[in-house]
Amino acid sequence: MLRFTVRRLLYSLPVLLVGSFLLFWAVRTVFDPLLKLRAIRDPEVIARETERLGLNDGIFTQYGRWLTGFLSGDWGVSSRTEGSVRPMIESALTVTLQLLVWGVVFATIAAVLIGVWSAVRQYSFSDYALTGLSYLGLALPAFWFGLVLIQFLAVWPQQAFGWDKPAFFFIGLSSPGQDPSFIDTARHMVLPVLTLTVGLVAVWSRFTRASMLDALSSDYVRTARAKGVPRSRVVWNHALRNAWGPLVTVVALDSALLIGGLLVTEQVFSIPGMGRLFLDSLLAGDVFVLLPWMVITGAAVIILNLLADIAYGLLDPRVRVA
Amino acid sequence: MASPEPSPTSAPASASGATVKRPGFWRRFSRHRLAVLGAVILALLAIACYGAAFVAPFPQDQQDLLLGPVPPSAEHWLGTDELGRDYLSEILYAGQLSLSLAIAVALISTAIGVFVGAVAGYRGGWVDDVFMRITDLFLVVPAIALLALALQGLGPSPVSIVIVLSLLGWTYIARVVRGQVVSLREREFIDAARVIGATHQQVLMRHVLPNLSGVIAVNVALAVAGAIIVESTLSFLGFGVQPPQSSWGNMLSQASGLIGTPKV
Repeated sequence: MLRFTVRRLLYSLPVLLVGSFLLFWAVRTVFDPLLKLRAIRDPEVIARETERLGLNDGIFTQYGRWLTGFLSGDWGVSSRTEGSVRPMIESALTVTLQLLVWGVVFATIAAVLIGVWSAVRQYSFSDYALTGLSYLGLALPAFWFGLVLIQFLAVWPQQAFGWDKPAFFFIGLSSPGQDPSFIDTARHMVLPVLTLTVGLVAVWSRFTRASMLDALSSDYVRTARAKGVPRSRVVWNHALRNAWGPLVTVVALDSALLIGGLLVTEQVFSIPGMGRLFLDSLLAGDVFVLLPWMVITGAAVIILNLLADIAYGLLDPRVRVA
Repeated sequence: MASPEPSPTSAPASASGATVKRPGFWRRFSRHRLAVLGAVILALLAIACYGAAFVAPFPQDQQDLLLGPVPPSAEHWLGTDELGRDYLSEILYAGQLSLSLAIAVALISTAIGVFVGAVAGYRGGWVDDVFMRITDLFLVVPAIALLALALQGLGPSPVSIVIVLSLLGWTYIARVVRGQVVSLREREFIDAARVIGATHQQVLMRHVLPNLSGVIAVNVALAVAGAIIVESTLSFLGFGVQPPQSSWGNMLSQASGLIGTPKV
């Protein structure tokens, strides 16, 4: 197990290195880091900044310098806000992780319950109904579903009952000018987390159903039933234990991609997370934020992928050989 | 093998030669009620959108400034926007662009993916290794972020949207095709074809690819659906189709600002 982990870790380093270089190259080609200064039309400033940032050096030299700075914790200064990049990314990451953790926890619980229920009652009415619902969930784009939730759960009830505030807020993660309280945060989190959860449950419940069906049709399930183990124990202990593996991989990979992939949900609900940070930086051409952002999200994918492989190995000893 | 009767596979071929169809694709397809339903919905949608000039109740972009925004009524089934343009007609016309983009993206990305996946899987060795590492790279960064970055660089015209979406969308089908080809490669009929003297190119085109037609067809269908959503998402975020051209995504994006505002 240890050798497997170390080997996978060593293998992901070149992927991260090559990936970050390609990103550096792409961002450097697409954007002009001095865009903001060009508006001043002062050739002296341009020359000085070009010199200071070393923009005339070869691309490898520039990449090397950026990488050393990044690894030693110096992530540079944003050209949009003129603040240090690192705290910006850290606070955005905290916000996104808050959403993501709740979404993933709820979605995993719901997906396992729904998946097991449909697998145990395969081809029953409830199986077809849940299948239909999950296709519906897959077809609903987050931006549309989020807006519908706002209209149905926040705007209409407020108008109907004449409340002075909606039951669930849909802008940001806390009310301005108020001390953050648990109730207040929860009222802000409900709608975005629900938007996120519905999309995830649709996909993950299909996975759980498929791998549960696989497990339920295996010989050891028949053996366990034949020797008199109660049905519920066979389902929850024997079959689910083996169905976990693929699900853990999907959950980990999807969650990792969502760290940078919540652009739409964060845009709809005006939440200052990683997605918003990316969009704002992109529109402002702020290369100093874009690069670390991409490297962080990329690294998150690689690390969670690795953790998923390790978890798979722990859950299912048969795959440990690799 | 030793059975006295002629084997069922060879019988029809010798009986009527080239006129015999392979066991009907349409018959198998029509037995799938859900698939037929999906195809019918898609066909209706395509007819309504591309035939919008005949189907739509109002001409494209016809304004009625005195009317302004109204809720759904008998005349305007889905209501009108602030310039008095009929929403149903707008949706149908916007669908032309959304559907065309999606179909183009699905075909191009599937073509690239099938080509790369088939070559990598069939050749194996270092070609395969290089290909797998490239698809790994694509997995690492969220696609929507790369798309937005690329469109910011190229400028959001419909052509660049198609190019960027296709260049990012091919990896999934390439992985699937590669997996299938790796297992097909070891089958006897491939060896048989090689022994008869078929070149690698002939083996790939005549013997390997036809076996993948199911996977490829499914992928094109899924890719159209996926591309519609991705294009809408990009347009919603402001990186896709730009006004005055409308697509489903940017219509929604413009309307989303009105949520929570009182009726007029």
